[in-house]
Amino acid sequence: MSKPWDQVTWQEIEIGGVLTQPGTAREYRTGDWRSLYPVWDRRRCIKCGVCWTVCPEAGISETEEGYFDLNDYCKGCGICAKECVTGCISMAPEEE
Amino acid sequence: MAVKGQRVGMEVSIGISYAVKLARAEAIAAYPITPQTHIVEHLATLVANGELDAEFLNVESEHSAMSASVGSAAAGARTFTATSSQGLALMHEILFIASAMRFPIVMAVANRALSGPLSIWNDHGDIMAERDIGWIQYFVENGQEAFDHTVMSFKIAEDHRVLLPTIVNLDGFILSHVVEAFEMLDQETVDKFLPPLVPYHRLDPNKPVTMGAFAMPELYTEVKYAHEMALTGSYDQILNVWKEWGDLTGRHYHPVERYRTEGAKVLLLMMGSLAEVAEVAVDEMRAAGNPVGLLKMRLWRPFPFAALREAVAGADLLIVLDRALSLGGAAGPVLAEVRSALYPLAKRPQVLGYTIGLGGRDVQPAAFKDVVRHARSETKKGPSREFHWVGVRGA
Repeated sequence: MSKPWDQVTWQEIEIGGVLTQPGTAREYRTGDWRSLYPVWDRRRCIKCGVCWTVCPEAGISETEEGYFDLNDYCKGCGICAKECVTGCISMAPEEE
Repeated sequence: MAVKGQRVGMEVSIGISYAVKLARAEAIAAYPITPQTHIVEHLATLVANGELDAEFLNVESEHSAMSASVGSAAAGARTFTATSSQGLALMHEILFIASAMRFPIVMAVANRALSGPLSIWNDHGDIMAERDIGWIQYFVENGQEAFDHTVMSFKIAEDHRVLLPTIVNLDGFILSHVVEAFEMLDQETVDKFLPPLVPYHRLDPNKPVTMGAFAMPELYTEVKYAHEMALTGSYDQILNVWKEWGDLTGRHYHPVERYRTEGAKVLLLMMGSLAEVAEVAVDEMRAAGNPVGLLKMRLWRPFPFAALREAVAGADLLIVLDRALSLGGAAGPVLAEVRSALYPLAKRPQVLGYTIGLGGRDVQPAAFKDVVRHARSETKKGPSREFHWVGVRGA
């Protein structure tokens, strides 16, 4: 759906609420939900990728230099911070 | 010229299973429950004998039966199931999903009382608890109607202007287990009437879609409104199919059937097999000079507002009989809706309601005469109670 949801009329909804276009979940940035977000201290990061592996929501992406960073789908659960081998991830409060 | 079907005598449940066979159902998921069991039991036999080329899914519960039906309909198969009472209740959450996803599943419900106390016998408590599931629903009065409406349901449900699951309500035991004579159509005639299902959306690896996606608060109301428009909008197509069937077989059906309503000042209104018994009472009252007529609500969802208002136009007193309860509430479901539908009219009959025939309690013609007598005396007394119970000892 290309229109914002709050502008879609009932007539424009596909029968049965079927989504005929793939990849629409990508448009919904679930990272908006988070109240905490992970911060990597790159001085201590060994690029092992444990954070990327344990993230339950594919909310972490690898950067071009091989480090890791959150993306728009990180909900701030903190599992990465808990599991980080070197303890380089801390959770910071989200501010408007 | 109407097609003359072969006249057969058989149990109504078996007749429904033949209707499903003639409709060439492709998937049947069911779990046995009294008094619906014979319908799917015989379908299982037909599939096992190779007489019906369908996938018969033996599932572990009715929750699974309806879930599997949603799945097979999503895959694009013509899908049938049947249930009763506790089984229907166990389907509850999936019933809403089937209609919201707009799958043309057809289901026979052999109406039976809900526990407790445990009762395997007939009333409409099971389906009335599922009133708001967003399916097309109608009630049949005899075996012929059960057969006819089962075949027609597929054509109604699958129409791309409709795309809604459909329930044929038939009274458990009173209809489901009774041997009746009715006309069965042949395969060629049914094939001409009912073309193969063309799914609107289906699961197809070559054209992937997402079914059953969530809706945020910004969208949920619009999706529900679209469903409402589909259900109320299905009315015309239901009538079209009934008309086509009437032209084909000579059996014409209407949202609100009338029996001896000419000049009737008092009208009885009910749904299902009760109406055949009430006909006897109406005949007797008419013979005695009482201008009493009978209305049979066939179509329950979408609710036939206009047809009902038209049907009651000449009456002074309308007596609604419910075979279900809304404990602690204003009325049984039929009475509540009928009253609500007539309320906006400037001139409307006085409406009184009675709950009758619960949990298999037999209803004889004399009961309707008693109800009419009671209702007449109530109207002279002034405002009557919200509704009355028929035949409660000690009340």
